[in-house]
Amino acid sequence: MGKRSVVPFGPQHPVLPEPIHLDLVIEDEKIIEAIPSIGFVHRGLESLVTKRTYKEMTYVVERTCGICSFMHGMAYCEAVEEVMNVEVPDRGKYLRTIWAELSRMHSHLLWLGLLADGFGFESLFYQCWRLRESVLDVLELTTGGRCIFSVNKIGGVLKDLDEDMTKAILQTVDKVEKELEAIKKTFLFDYSVESRLKGVGVLTKQQAHDLGCAGPFARGSGIKMDMRMRGYDAYKDLDFEPIVSEDGDGYARCYVRTMEIFQSIDIIRQAIAKLPAGEFGVDVKGLPKGEAFVRVEQPRGEAVYYVKANGTQYLDRMRVRTPTFANLPGLVETLKGAQFADVPLLILAIDPCISCTER
Amino acid sequence: MNEIFNPENKLEEINHEKLLRKVLVMKNKNMRLAQMCAAFVEGKYELSYSFADDETYEMSTLRLIIEPDTAIPSITEIYPYAFFYENEINELFGVNVKFINHDYNKKLYRIDAESPFVKKEDK
Amino acid sequence: MAQLMNFAPVVLKNLFSKPVTKNYPAEPAVYPARSRGHIEIDLDTCIMCGLCMRSCPSGSIKVDRPNATWTINRFDCVQCGYCATVCPKKSLTMNPGYQEPGEEKFEASYTKPAEEK
Repeated sequence: MGKRSVVPFGPQHPVLPEPIHLDLVIEDEKIIEAIPSIGFVHRGLESLVTKRTYKEMTYVVERTCGICSFMHGMAYCEAVEEVMNVEVPDRGKYLRTIWAELSRMHSHLLWLGLLADGFGFESLFYQCWRLRESVLDVLELTTGGRCIFSVNKIGGVLKDLDEDMTKAILQTVDKVEKELEAIKKTFLFDYSVESRLKGVGVLTKQQAHDLGCAGPFARGSGIKMDMRMRGYDAYKDLDFEPIVSEDGDGYARCYVRTMEIFQSIDIIRQAIAKLPAGEFGVDVKGLPKGEAFVRVEQPRGEAVYYVKANGTQYLDRMRVRTPTFANLPGLVETLKGAQFADVPLLILAIDPCISCTER
Repeated sequence: MNEIFNPENKLEEINHEKLLRKVLVMKNKNMRLAQMCAAFVEGKYELSYSFADDETYEMSTLRLIIEPDTAIPSITEIYPYAFFYENEINELFGVNVKFINHDYNKKLYRIDAESPFVKKEDK
Repeated sequence: MAQLMNFAPVVLKNLFSKPVTKNYPAEPAVYPARSRGHIEIDLDTCIMCGLCMRSCPSGSIKVDRPNATWTINRFDCVQCGYCATVCPKKSLTMNPGYQEPGEEKFEASYTKPAEEK
Protein backbone atom coordinates (compact mmCIF):
# COMPACT_ATOMS: atom_id res chain seq x y z
CA MET A 1 0.00 0.00 0.00
CA GLY A 2 1.38 3.33 -1.01
CA LYS A 3 1.32 6.58 0.81
CA ARG A 4 -1.86 8.59 0.55
CA SER A 5 -1.79 12.16 -0.59
CA VAL A 6 -4.36 14.77 -1.54
CA VAL A 7 -4.25 16.46 -4.93
CA PRO A 8 -6.41 19.53 -5.43
CA PHE A 9 -8.03 19.53 -8.87
CA GLY A 10 -9.66 22.62 -10.37
CA PRO A 11 -11.37 25.11 -10.44
CA GLN A 12 -8.83 26.07 -13.08
CA HIS A 13 -7.51 23.21 -15.11
CA PRO A 14 -6.21 23.05 -18.70
CA VAL A 15 -8.65 20.39 -19.94
CA LEU A 16 -11.61 21.37 -17.84
CA PRO A 17 -13.13 24.77 -18.45
CA GLU A 18 -15.62 24.24 -15.65
CA PRO A 19 -15.27 25.80 -12.20
CA ILE A 20 -15.51 22.69 -10.06
CA HIS A 21 -13.02 21.85 -7.37
CA LEU A 22 -12.22 18.29 -6.33
CA ASP A 23 -9.97 17.14 -3.55
CA LEU A 24 -8.62 13.85 -4.81
CA VAL A 25 -7.23 11.45 -2.24
CA ILE A 26 -4.78 9.33 -4.19
CA GLU A 27 -2.72 6.30 -3.38
CA ASP A 28 0.09 6.06 -5.93
CA GLU A 29 -1.86 6.64 -9.17
CA LYS A 30 -5.20 5.38 -7.91
CA ILE A 31 -8.01 7.54 -6.57
CA ILE A 32 -9.43 6.47 -3.24
CA GLU A 33 -11.81 9.29 -2.55
CA ALA A 34 -13.00 12.47 -4.23
CA ILE A 35 -14.57 15.36 -2.38
CA PRO A 36 -16.39 17.82 -4.64
CA SER A 37 -16.93 21.44 -3.86
CA ILE A 38 -18.70 24.02 -5.94
CA GLY A 39 -19.64 27.61 -5.32
CA PHE A 40 -17.30 29.61 -7.55
CA VAL A 41 -19.99 30.97 -9.86
CA HIS A 42 -23.12 31.18 -7.75
CA ARG A 43 -25.25 34.02 -9.14
CA GLY A 44 -28.52 33.72 -7.21
CA LEU A 45 -30.66 33.68 -10.36
CA GLU A 46 -33.49 31.94 -8.53
CA SER A 47 -33.96 34.81 -6.14
CA LEU A 48 -34.32 37.26 -9.04
CA VAL A 49 -37.94 36.13 -9.43
CA THR A 50 -38.92 38.47 -6.64
CA LYS A 51 -37.45 41.45 -8.52
CA ARG A 52 -38.30 40.74 -12.16
CA THR A 53 -41.78 40.18 -13.53
CA TYR A 54 -42.70 36.68 -14.58
CA LYS A 55 -42.48 37.64 -18.26
CA GLU A 56 -39.04 39.22 -17.93
CA MET A 57 -37.85 36.11 -16.14
CA THR A 58 -38.11 34.17 -19.42
CA TYR A 59 -35.04 36.05 -20.62
CA VAL A 60 -33.21 35.72 -17.32
CA VAL A 61 -33.85 31.98 -17.14
CA GLU A 62 -32.51 31.52 -20.67
CA ARG A 63 -29.21 32.87 -19.48
CA THR A 64 -28.84 30.19 -16.81
CA CYS A 65 -26.76 28.17 -19.21
CA GLY A 66 -25.03 29.02 -22.46
CA ILE A 67 -25.57 25.65 -24.11
CA CYS A 68 -28.99 24.36 -23.11
CA SER A 69 -30.28 27.92 -22.94
CA PHE A 70 -33.32 27.29 -25.12
CA MET A 71 -34.56 24.38 -23.07
CA HIS A 72 -34.26 26.34 -19.83
CA GLY A 73 -36.49 29.04 -21.28
CA MET A 74 -38.84 26.43 -22.70
CA ALA A 75 -39.19 24.59 -19.40
CA TYR A 76 -39.83 27.82 -17.53
CA CYS A 77 -42.47 28.91 -20.03
CA GLU A 78 -44.13 25.51 -19.85
CA ALA A 79 -44.25 25.71 -16.07
CA VAL A 80 -45.85 29.16 -16.15
CA GLU A 81 -48.22 28.03 -18.92
CA GLU A 82 -49.29 25.11 -16.76
CA VAL A 83 -49.98 27.46 -13.86
CA MET A 84 -51.98 29.84 -16.07
CA ASN A 85 -53.73 27.11 -18.09
CA VAL A 86 -52.48 28.45 -21.41
CA GLU A 87 -52.65 26.17 -24.41
CA VAL A 88 -49.78 26.74 -26.83
CA PRO A 89 -50.79 26.50 -30.51
CA ASP A 90 -49.58 23.38 -32.29
CA ARG A 91 -47.17 25.21 -34.55
CA GLY A 92 -45.56 26.79 -31.49
CA LYS A 93 -45.08 23.36 -29.96
CA TYR A 94 -43.45 22.01 -33.12
CA LEU A 95 -41.15 25.01 -33.45
CA ARG A 96 -40.06 24.55 -29.85
CA THR A 97 -39.32 20.91 -30.57
CA ILE A 98 -37.27 21.71 -33.66
CA TRP A 99 -35.16 24.32 -31.87
CA ALA A 100 -34.78 22.08 -28.83
CA GLU A 101 -33.45 19.24 -30.96
CA LEU A 102 -31.09 21.58 -32.83
CA SER A 103 -29.71 22.68 -29.46
CA ARG A 104 -29.31 19.06 -28.45
CA MET A 105 -27.31 18.47 -31.62
CA HIS A 106 -24.97 21.37 -31.02
CA SER A 107 -24.57 20.48 -27.36
CA HIS A 108 -23.66 16.87 -28.09
CA LEU A 109 -21.27 17.90 -30.88
CA LEU A 110 -19.62 20.27 -28.43
CA TRP A 111 -19.32 17.46 -25.92
CA LEU A 112 -17.87 15.02 -28.44
CA GLY A 113 -15.29 17.66 -29.35
CA LEU A 114 -14.38 18.24 -25.73
CA LEU A 115 -14.12 14.51 -25.17
CA ALA A 116 -11.74 14.20 -28.13
CA ASP A 117 -9.74 17.07 -26.70
CA GLY A 118 -9.80 15.38 -23.31
CA PHE A 119 -8.14 12.23 -24.60
CA GLY A 120 -5.75 14.19 -26.75
CA PHE A 121 -7.21 13.78 -30.25
CA GLU A 122 -6.94 17.39 -31.39
CA SER A 123 -7.96 16.97 -35.03
CA LEU A 124 -11.07 15.03 -34.07
CA PHE A 125 -11.95 17.92 -31.77
CA TYR A 126 -11.70 20.34 -34.70
CA GLN A 127 -13.90 18.13 -36.86
CA CYS A 128 -16.67 18.04 -34.23
CA TRP A 129 -16.60 21.76 -33.69
CA ARG A 130 -16.61 22.40 -37.42
CA LEU A 131 -19.85 20.44 -37.66
CA ARG A 132 -21.23 22.24 -34.64
CA GLU A 133 -20.53 25.52 -36.37
CA SER A 134 -22.91 24.68 -39.21
CA VAL A 135 -25.67 23.95 -36.67
CA LEU A 136 -24.94 27.26 -34.96
CA ASP A 137 -25.15 29.05 -38.31
CA VAL A 138 -28.61 27.71 -39.01
CA LEU A 139 -29.67 28.61 -35.47
CA GLU A 140 -28.49 32.15 -36.00
CA LEU A 141 -30.36 32.28 -39.27
CA THR A 142 -33.63 31.08 -37.74
CA THR A 143 -33.57 32.67 -34.29
CA GLY A 144 -31.01 35.46 -34.36
CA GLY A 145 -28.72 34.02 -31.73
CA ARG A 146 -26.04 31.36 -31.92
CA CYS A 147 -26.51 29.89 -28.47
CA ILE A 148 -29.02 32.09 -26.70
CA PHE A 149 -32.06 32.25 -28.92
CA SER A 150 -34.53 34.41 -26.98
CA VAL A 151 -37.45 33.11 -29.02
CA ASN A 152 -39.50 31.74 -26.14
CA LYS A 153 -42.40 33.57 -24.68
CA ILE A 154 -45.13 32.51 -22.34
CA GLY A 155 -47.77 31.22 -24.71
CA GLY A 156 -45.58 30.04 -27.56
CA VAL A 157 -42.63 31.35 -29.54
CA LEU A 158 -41.77 34.78 -30.89
CA LYS A 159 -40.52 33.94 -34.36
CA ASP A 160 -41.80 31.75 -37.13
CA LEU A 161 -39.96 29.59 -39.64
CA ASP A 162 -40.58 30.33 -43.30
CA GLU A 163 -40.09 28.03 -46.27
CA ASP A 164 -36.45 29.01 -46.87
CA MET A 165 -35.57 28.47 -43.24
CA THR A 166 -37.02 24.98 -42.99
CA LYS A 167 -35.10 24.20 -46.17
CA ALA A 168 -31.91 25.55 -44.63
CA ILE A 169 -32.46 23.42 -41.51
CA LEU A 170 -33.01 20.30 -43.58
CA GLN A 171 -29.91 20.99 -45.66
CA THR A 172 -27.84 21.47 -42.52
CA VAL A 173 -29.02 18.28 -40.85
CA ASP A 174 -28.38 16.36 -44.07
CA LYS A 175 -24.85 17.71 -44.20
CA VAL A 176 -24.20 17.04 -40.51
CA GLU A 177 -25.55 13.51 -40.81
CA LYS A 178 -23.31 12.73 -43.77
CA GLU A 179 -20.16 14.11 -42.19
CA LEU A 180 -20.89 12.76 -38.73
CA GLU A 181 -21.23 9.31 -40.27
CA ALA A 182 -17.51 9.55 -41.16
CA ILE A 183 -16.44 10.87 -37.76
CA LYS A 184 -18.65 8.39 -35.91
CA LYS A 185 -16.38 5.55 -37.00
CA THR A 186 -13.48 7.14 -35.19
CA PHE A 187 -15.44 7.61 -31.98
CA LEU A 188 -16.99 4.17 -31.92
CA PHE A 189 -14.48 1.82 -33.51
CA ASP A 190 -11.03 3.39 -33.40
CA TYR A 191 -8.43 1.45 -31.50
CA SER A 192 -6.85 4.37 -29.67
CA VAL A 193 -10.19 5.89 -28.72
CA GLU A 194 -11.46 2.57 -27.42
CA SER A 195 -8.37 2.09 -25.31
CA ARG A 196 -9.06 5.39 -23.56
CA LEU A 197 -12.79 4.85 -23.04
CA LYS A 198 -13.55 1.13 -22.65
CA GLY A 199 -13.87 0.02 -19.06
CA VAL A 200 -13.12 3.49 -17.71
CA GLY A 201 -15.33 4.81 -14.91
CA VAL A 202 -17.85 1.98 -14.84
CA LEU A 203 -21.16 2.74 -13.18
CA THR A 204 -23.62 -0.15 -12.99
CA LYS A 205 -27.35 0.24 -13.53
CA GLN A 206 -28.06 -0.26 -9.83
CA GLN A 207 -25.42 2.30 -8.83
CA ALA A 208 -26.74 4.83 -11.32
CA HIS A 209 -30.23 4.41 -9.92
CA ASP A 210 -29.07 4.59 -6.30
CA LEU A 211 -27.17 7.80 -7.00
CA GLY A 212 -30.09 9.46 -8.76
CA CYS A 213 -28.32 9.99 -12.09
CA ALA A 214 -30.12 11.45 -15.08
CA GLY A 215 -29.81 11.93 -18.81
CA PRO A 216 -27.22 10.34 -21.11
CA PHE A 217 -25.11 9.50 -18.07
CA ALA A 218 -27.89 7.26 -16.69
CA ARG A 219 -28.79 5.94 -20.15
CA GLY A 220 -25.16 4.93 -20.62
CA SER A 221 -25.60 2.74 -17.55
CA GLY A 222 -28.69 1.06 -18.91
CA ILE A 223 -31.49 3.10 -17.33
CA LYS A 224 -34.13 3.62 -19.99
CA MET A 225 -35.24 7.05 -18.94
CA ASP A 226 -35.87 9.96 -21.25
CA MET A 227 -38.19 12.77 -20.23
CA ARG A 228 -39.20 13.23 -23.87
CA MET A 229 -41.22 10.04 -23.43
CA ARG A 230 -43.58 12.11 -21.30
CA GLY A 231 -44.73 13.59 -24.58
CA TYR A 232 -44.48 17.28 -23.85
CA ASP A 233 -44.55 19.68 -26.81
CA ALA A 234 -44.61 17.83 -30.12
CA TYR A 235 -42.85 14.72 -28.84
CA LYS A 236 -46.19 12.97 -28.38
CA ASP A 237 -46.64 12.89 -32.17
CA LEU A 238 -43.10 11.89 -33.06
CA ASP A 239 -41.52 8.51 -33.20
CA PHE A 240 -38.36 7.80 -31.24
CA GLU A 241 -36.91 5.42 -28.68
CA PRO A 242 -34.53 6.35 -25.87
CA ILE A 243 -30.99 5.29 -26.69
CA VAL A 244 -29.57 3.01 -24.03
CA SER A 245 -26.28 1.26 -23.59
CA GLU A 246 -25.68 -1.39 -20.94
CA ASP A 247 -21.93 -1.11 -20.35
CA GLY A 248 -21.90 1.94 -18.09
CA ASP A 249 -18.34 2.96 -19.04
CA GLY A 250 -16.94 5.98 -20.86
CA TYR A 251 -17.46 4.30 -24.22
CA ALA A 252 -21.17 3.72 -23.47
CA ARG A 253 -21.69 7.41 -22.66
CA CYS A 254 -19.90 8.38 -25.86
CA TYR A 255 -22.06 5.91 -27.82
CA VAL A 256 -25.31 7.23 -26.31
CA ARG A 257 -24.49 10.83 -27.14
CA THR A 258 -23.28 10.06 -30.66
CA MET A 259 -26.43 8.13 -31.45
CA GLU A 260 -28.58 10.85 -29.90
CA ILE A 261 -27.32 13.28 -32.52
CA PHE A 262 -28.67 10.96 -35.23
CA GLN A 263 -31.87 10.62 -33.23
CA SER A 264 -32.22 14.41 -33.05
CA ILE A 265 -31.70 14.63 -36.83
CA ASP A 266 -34.48 12.10 -37.28
CA ILE A 267 -36.81 13.98 -34.90
CA ILE A 268 -36.14 17.28 -36.69
CA ARG A 269 -37.03 15.71 -40.05
CA GLN A 270 -40.24 14.25 -38.65
CA ALA A 271 -41.19 17.54 -37.00
CA ILE A 272 -40.58 19.57 -40.16
CA ALA A 273 -42.58 17.08 -42.23
CA LYS A 274 -45.52 17.35 -39.84
CA LEU A 275 -45.16 21.09 -39.11
CA PRO A 276 -48.75 22.37 -38.87
CA ALA A 277 -49.73 25.77 -40.20
CA GLY A 278 -51.33 28.50 -38.17
CA GLU A 279 -50.57 30.55 -35.10
CA PHE A 280 -47.27 30.03 -33.32
CA GLY A 281 -47.90 31.99 -30.16
CA VAL A 282 -50.75 33.42 -28.14
CA ASP A 283 -50.74 36.56 -26.04
CA VAL A 284 -51.09 35.86 -22.39
CA LYS A 285 -53.02 38.20 -20.16
CA GLY A 286 -53.56 38.00 -16.44
CA LEU A 287 -51.38 36.94 -13.59
CA PRO A 288 -50.31 33.46 -12.59
CA LYS A 289 -51.50 31.86 -9.36
CA GLY A 290 -50.65 28.35 -8.31
CA GLU A 291 -47.72 26.02 -8.64
CA ALA A 292 -46.35 23.54 -11.14
CA PHE A 293 -43.55 21.07 -11.60
CA VAL A 294 -42.22 20.56 -15.11
CA ARG A 295 -39.59 18.10 -16.23
CA VAL A 296 -37.85 18.32 -19.59
CA GLU A 297 -35.00 16.42 -21.17
CA GLN A 298 -32.04 18.67 -21.77
CA PRO A 299 -28.90 17.57 -23.61
CA ARG A 300 -27.34 16.83 -20.24
CA GLY A 301 -30.37 15.11 -18.77
CA GLU A 302 -33.54 15.75 -16.88
CA ALA A 303 -34.17 19.27 -15.62
CA VAL A 304 -36.85 19.98 -13.04
CA TYR A 305 -38.55 23.34 -12.98
CA TYR A 306 -40.76 24.38 -10.11
CA VAL A 307 -42.78 27.58 -10.21
CA LYS A 308 -44.89 28.97 -7.42
CA ALA A 309 -46.95 32.04 -8.17
CA ASN A 310 -49.06 34.13 -5.82
CA GLY A 311 -51.26 36.11 -8.20
CA THR A 312 -48.95 39.12 -8.55
CA GLN A 313 -46.46 40.07 -11.27
CA TYR A 314 -43.67 38.52 -9.24
CA LEU A 315 -43.36 34.83 -8.55
CA ASP A 316 -42.87 33.54 -5.04
CA ARG A 317 -40.35 30.93 -5.99
CA MET A 318 -38.75 29.42 -9.02
CA ARG A 319 -36.54 26.43 -8.65
CA VAL A 320 -34.25 24.91 -11.24
CA ARG A 321 -32.78 21.46 -10.66
CA THR A 322 -30.24 21.10 -13.43
CA PRO A 323 -29.02 17.72 -14.69
CA THR A 324 -25.46 18.24 -13.51
CA PHE A 325 -26.74 18.72 -9.97
CA ALA A 326 -28.18 15.22 -10.14
CA ASN A 327 -25.11 13.74 -11.80
CA LEU A 328 -22.46 15.03 -9.38
CA PRO A 329 -22.92 12.15 -6.87
CA GLY A 330 -22.54 9.71 -9.77
CA LEU A 331 -19.38 11.48 -10.87
CA VAL A 332 -17.83 11.12 -7.41
CA GLU A 333 -18.65 7.41 -7.48
CA THR A 334 -17.01 6.84 -10.88
CA LEU A 335 -13.86 8.60 -9.73
CA LYS A 336 -13.30 6.15 -6.90
CA GLY A 337 -10.80 3.53 -7.97
CA ALA A 338 -9.98 5.27 -11.26
CA GLN A 339 -6.53 6.15 -12.51
CA PHE A 340 -5.35 9.69 -11.88
CA ALA A 341 -4.78 10.26 -15.61
CA ASP A 342 -8.44 9.46 -16.35
CA VAL A 343 -9.85 12.14 -14.04
CA PRO A 344 -10.41 14.87 -16.69
CA LEU A 345 -12.04 12.31 -18.96
CA LEU A 346 -14.35 11.07 -16.21
CA ILE A 347 -15.41 14.56 -15.24
CA LEU A 348 -16.14 15.29 -18.89
CA ALA A 349 -18.18 12.11 -19.14
CA ILE A 350 -21.10 13.63 -17.23
CA ASP A 351 -20.96 16.71 -19.48
CA PRO A 352 -20.69 19.00 -16.46
CA CYS A 353 -22.17 22.46 -16.54
CA ILE A 354 -21.29 23.96 -13.20
CA SER A 355 -22.60 27.42 -13.97
CA CYS A 356 -26.13 26.14 -14.39
CA THR A 357 -25.73 23.84 -11.41
CA GLU A 358 -25.09 26.79 -9.14
CA ARG A 359 -27.39 29.17 -11.00
CA MET B 1 -46.16 6.63 -32.67
CA ASN B 2 -44.74 6.22 -29.23
CA GLU B 3 -46.32 5.14 -26.06
CA ILE B 4 -46.61 8.23 -23.89
CA PHE B 5 -45.95 8.15 -20.20
CA ASN B 6 -47.49 11.22 -18.70
CA PRO B 7 -49.05 10.54 -15.32
CA GLU B 8 -50.24 13.44 -13.18
CA ASN B 9 -47.76 14.79 -10.67
CA LYS B 10 -48.86 13.92 -7.16
CA LEU B 11 -48.55 16.20 -4.17
CA GLU B 12 -49.05 15.19 -0.58
CA GLU B 13 -48.86 17.45 2.44
CA ILE B 14 -47.33 15.79 5.45
CA ASN B 15 -46.35 16.61 8.99
CA HIS B 16 -42.62 17.05 9.48
CA GLU B 17 -42.55 14.35 12.15
CA LYS B 18 -43.63 11.79 9.58
CA LEU B 19 -40.96 12.82 7.08
CA LEU B 20 -38.51 9.97 7.52
CA ARG B 21 -41.25 7.34 7.46
CA LYS B 22 -42.73 8.75 4.25
CA VAL B 23 -39.32 9.03 2.59
CA LEU B 24 -38.63 5.42 3.49
CA VAL B 25 -41.89 4.44 1.76
CA MET B 26 -40.63 6.19 -1.38
CA LYS B 27 -37.29 4.45 -1.13
CA ASN B 28 -39.04 1.10 -0.86
CA LYS B 29 -41.01 1.90 -4.00
CA ASN B 30 -37.60 2.18 -5.68
CA MET B 31 -38.08 5.82 -6.51
CA ARG B 32 -35.32 8.30 -7.18
CA LEU B 33 -35.03 11.63 -5.38
CA ALA B 34 -35.59 14.03 -8.26
CA GLN B 35 -35.28 17.27 -6.40
CA MET B 36 -35.69 18.97 -3.10
CA CYS B 37 -36.45 22.63 -2.66
CA ALA B 38 -37.51 25.20 -0.14
CA ALA B 39 -39.64 28.30 -0.43
CA PHE B 40 -40.34 30.97 2.13
CA VAL B 41 -43.99 31.96 2.02
CA GLU B 42 -45.83 34.06 4.59
CA GLY B 43 -43.37 33.50 7.40
CA LYS B 44 -43.19 29.74 6.96
CA TYR B 45 -40.91 27.38 5.10
CA GLU B 46 -42.41 25.19 2.43
CA LEU B 47 -40.23 22.23 1.66
CA SER B 48 -40.85 19.99 -1.34
CA TYR B 49 -39.29 16.58 -1.70
CA SER B 50 -39.94 15.21 -5.18
CA PHE B 51 -39.48 11.57 -6.03
CA ALA B 52 -39.52 10.18 -9.53
CA ASP B 53 -40.11 6.75 -10.89
CA ASP B 54 -37.99 6.04 -13.95
CA GLU B 55 -40.25 3.41 -15.43
CA THR B 56 -43.68 4.98 -15.14
CA TYR B 57 -42.40 8.60 -15.23
CA GLU B 58 -44.47 9.30 -12.17
CA MET B 59 -43.47 12.10 -9.83
CA SER B 60 -44.77 12.47 -6.32
CA THR B 61 -43.92 15.33 -4.05
CA LEU B 62 -43.99 15.46 -0.28
CA ARG B 63 -44.78 18.90 1.03
CA LEU B 64 -43.78 20.04 4.49
CA ILE B 65 -44.81 23.35 5.97
CA ILE B 66 -42.73 24.22 8.99
CA GLU B 67 -42.16 27.17 11.30
CA PRO B 68 -38.83 28.98 10.80
CA ASP B 69 -37.33 27.59 14.00
CA THR B 70 -38.35 23.96 13.47
CA ALA B 71 -35.49 21.58 12.82
CA ILE B 72 -35.99 18.78 10.34
CA PRO B 73 -34.02 15.54 10.19
CA SER B 74 -31.71 14.90 7.26
CA ILE B 75 -32.68 12.17 4.81
CA THR B 76 -29.08 11.43 3.82
CA GLU B 77 -29.26 8.11 5.67
CA ILE B 78 -31.95 6.98 3.23
CA TYR B 79 -30.88 8.91 0.12
CA PRO B 80 -27.12 9.55 0.48
CA TYR B 81 -27.05 11.97 -2.47
CA ALA B 82 -29.56 14.30 -0.80
CA PHE B 83 -26.68 16.07 0.90
CA PHE B 84 -26.30 18.59 -1.94
CA TYR B 85 -29.95 19.60 -1.72
CA GLU B 86 -29.93 19.75 2.07
CA ASN B 87 -26.81 21.86 2.17
CA GLU B 88 -28.39 24.14 -0.41
CA ILE B 89 -31.62 24.78 1.52
CA ASN B 90 -29.61 25.14 4.69
CA GLU B 91 -27.36 27.76 3.17
CA LEU B 92 -29.75 29.74 0.99
CA PHE B 93 -32.85 29.62 3.18
CA GLY B 94 -31.44 28.91 6.62
CA VAL B 95 -33.60 25.82 7.14
CA ASN B 96 -32.26 23.93 10.11
CA VAL B 97 -31.42 20.45 8.80
CA LYS B 98 -29.95 18.16 11.40
CA PHE B 99 -27.43 15.36 10.96
CA ILE B 100 -26.45 15.79 7.30
CA ASN B 101 -23.75 13.42 6.17
CA HIS B 102 -21.20 15.70 4.48
CA ASP B 103 -22.31 18.92 6.12
CA TYR B 104 -20.68 21.84 4.31
CA ASN B 105 -21.67 24.16 7.21
CA LYS B 106 -23.13 26.86 4.95
CA LYS B 107 -20.04 26.89 2.75
CA LEU B 108 -21.43 25.09 -0.32
CA TYR B 109 -21.84 28.25 -2.38
CA ARG B 110 -19.15 30.32 -0.66
CA ILE B 111 -21.35 33.38 -0.13
CA ASP B 112 -21.06 35.87 2.70
CA ALA B 113 -24.73 36.66 3.15
CA GLU B 114 -26.72 34.74 5.72
CA SER B 115 -29.69 32.93 4.09
CA PRO B 116 -29.96 35.35 1.12
CA PHE B 117 -33.16 33.86 -0.30
CA VAL B 118 -35.24 34.87 2.72
CA LYS B 119 -36.07 38.54 2.90
CA LYS B 120 -34.86 40.17 6.10
CA GLU B 121 -38.14 41.91 6.94
CA ASP B 122 -40.11 38.64 6.72
CA LYS B 123 -38.10 36.89 9.39
CA MET C 1 -13.90 -4.86 -33.07
CA ALA C 2 -11.25 -2.21 -32.74
CA GLN C 3 -10.05 -0.87 -36.06
CA LEU C 4 -7.14 1.22 -37.18
CA MET C 5 -6.94 4.05 -39.70
CA ASN C 6 -10.55 5.17 -39.25
CA PHE C 7 -9.65 8.79 -39.27
CA ALA C 8 -7.44 8.68 -42.35
CA PRO C 9 -10.21 9.32 -44.93
CA VAL C 10 -11.37 12.38 -42.97
CA VAL C 11 -7.83 13.71 -42.79
CA LEU C 12 -7.20 13.13 -46.50
CA LYS C 13 -10.44 14.83 -47.45
CA ASN C 14 -9.55 17.70 -45.18
CA LEU C 15 -6.12 18.03 -46.76
CA PHE C 16 -7.53 18.59 -50.22
CA SER C 17 -10.51 20.82 -49.43
CA LYS C 18 -10.84 24.53 -48.93
CA PRO C 19 -10.65 25.93 -45.39
CA VAL C 20 -14.05 26.15 -43.68
CA THR C 21 -13.07 29.29 -41.83
CA LYS C 22 -13.33 32.74 -43.28
CA ASN C 23 -10.42 35.05 -43.86
CA TYR C 24 -12.24 37.33 -41.43
CA PRO C 25 -10.92 40.88 -41.34
CA ALA C 26 -10.27 40.78 -45.08
CA GLU C 27 -13.60 39.14 -45.80
CA PRO C 28 -16.48 40.76 -43.87
CA ALA C 29 -18.67 38.66 -41.58
CA VAL C 30 -22.21 38.23 -42.81
CA TYR C 31 -25.01 38.35 -40.30
CA PRO C 32 -28.45 36.97 -41.12
CA ALA C 33 -31.37 39.39 -41.02
CA ARG C 34 -32.66 38.02 -37.72
CA SER C 35 -29.32 38.38 -35.95
CA ARG C 36 -29.76 40.09 -32.60
CA GLY C 37 -26.94 42.61 -32.53
CA HIS C 38 -28.10 45.89 -31.11
CA ILE C 39 -31.24 47.90 -30.37
CA GLU C 40 -32.07 50.87 -32.53
CA ILE C 41 -34.61 53.54 -31.75
CA ASP C 42 -36.78 55.51 -34.10
CA LEU C 43 -37.26 58.75 -32.17
CA ASP C 44 -39.91 60.07 -34.52
CA THR C 45 -42.44 57.49 -33.40
CA CYS C 46 -41.25 57.10 -29.80
CA ILE C 47 -43.73 58.47 -27.27
CA MET C 48 -41.37 58.23 -24.28
CA CYS C 49 -43.76 55.96 -22.40
CA GLY C 50 -40.93 54.26 -20.53
CA LEU C 51 -42.28 50.73 -20.94
CA CYS C 52 -38.90 49.58 -22.30
CA MET C 53 -37.17 50.96 -19.20
CA ARG C 54 -39.54 49.12 -16.87
CA SER C 55 -39.34 45.80 -18.68
CA CYS C 56 -35.60 45.60 -19.40
CA PRO C 57 -34.30 42.50 -17.53
CA SER C 58 -30.83 43.96 -17.14
CA GLY C 59 -31.95 47.54 -16.44
CA SER C 60 -29.84 49.06 -19.19
CA ILE C 61 -32.42 51.50 -20.61
CA LYS C 62 -33.25 54.88 -19.11
CA VAL C 63 -36.05 57.09 -20.36
CA ASP C 64 -36.02 60.73 -19.32
CA ARG C 65 -39.43 62.08 -20.16
CA PRO C 66 -39.03 65.82 -19.33
CA ASN C 67 -35.87 66.11 -21.43
CA ALA C 68 -37.13 63.68 -24.09
CA THR C 69 -33.98 61.59 -23.86
CA TRP C 70 -33.68 57.85 -24.41
CA THR C 71 -30.48 56.35 -22.99
CA ILE C 72 -29.08 52.86 -23.33
CA ASN C 73 -26.02 51.33 -21.81
CA ARG C 74 -25.11 48.94 -24.59
CA PHE C 75 -22.56 47.16 -22.41
CA ASP C 76 -25.27 46.10 -19.95
CA CYS C 77 -27.75 45.14 -22.65
CA VAL C 78 -28.11 41.37 -23.06
CA GLN C 79 -29.74 41.53 -26.52
CA CYS C 80 -32.89 39.71 -25.43
CA GLY C 81 -35.13 41.93 -27.52
CA TYR C 82 -37.88 42.17 -24.91
CA CYS C 83 -38.02 45.98 -25.20
CA ALA C 84 -38.68 45.66 -28.93
CA THR C 85 -41.47 43.16 -28.19
CA VAL C 86 -43.23 45.35 -25.63
CA CYS C 87 -42.80 48.71 -27.39
CA PRO C 88 -46.37 49.94 -28.08
CA LYS C 89 -45.36 52.04 -31.11
CA LYS C 90 -42.78 49.57 -32.43
CA SER C 91 -40.11 52.30 -32.41
CA LEU C 92 -37.50 49.89 -31.09
CA THR C 93 -35.98 47.36 -33.44
CA MET C 94 -33.35 44.69 -33.02
CA ASN C 95 -30.80 44.90 -35.81
CA PRO C 96 -27.67 42.98 -36.81
CA GLY C 97 -24.25 44.35 -35.94
CA TYR C 98 -22.66 43.94 -32.56
CA GLN C 99 -21.53 46.63 -30.16
CA GLU C 100 -17.81 47.31 -30.47
CA PRO C 101 -15.79 46.43 -27.41
CA GLY C 102 -14.40 49.26 -25.33
CA GLU C 103 -12.21 49.87 -22.33
CA GLU C 104 -14.98 51.29 -20.25
CA LYS C 105 -18.75 51.15 -20.22
CA PHE C 106 -20.54 54.17 -21.55
CA GLU C 107 -24.09 55.12 -22.32
CA ALA C 108 -25.51 56.21 -25.63
CA SER C 109 -28.10 58.96 -25.42
CA TYR C 110 -30.66 59.89 -28.02
CA THR C 111 -32.60 63.11 -27.63
CA LYS C 112 -35.86 63.69 -29.38
CA PRO C 113 -35.82 66.97 -31.32
CA ALA C 114 -38.17 69.55 -29.83
CA GLU C 115 -41.51 69.52 -31.58
CA GLU C 116 -42.65 72.65 -33.31
CA LYS C 117 -45.82 74.00 -31.88
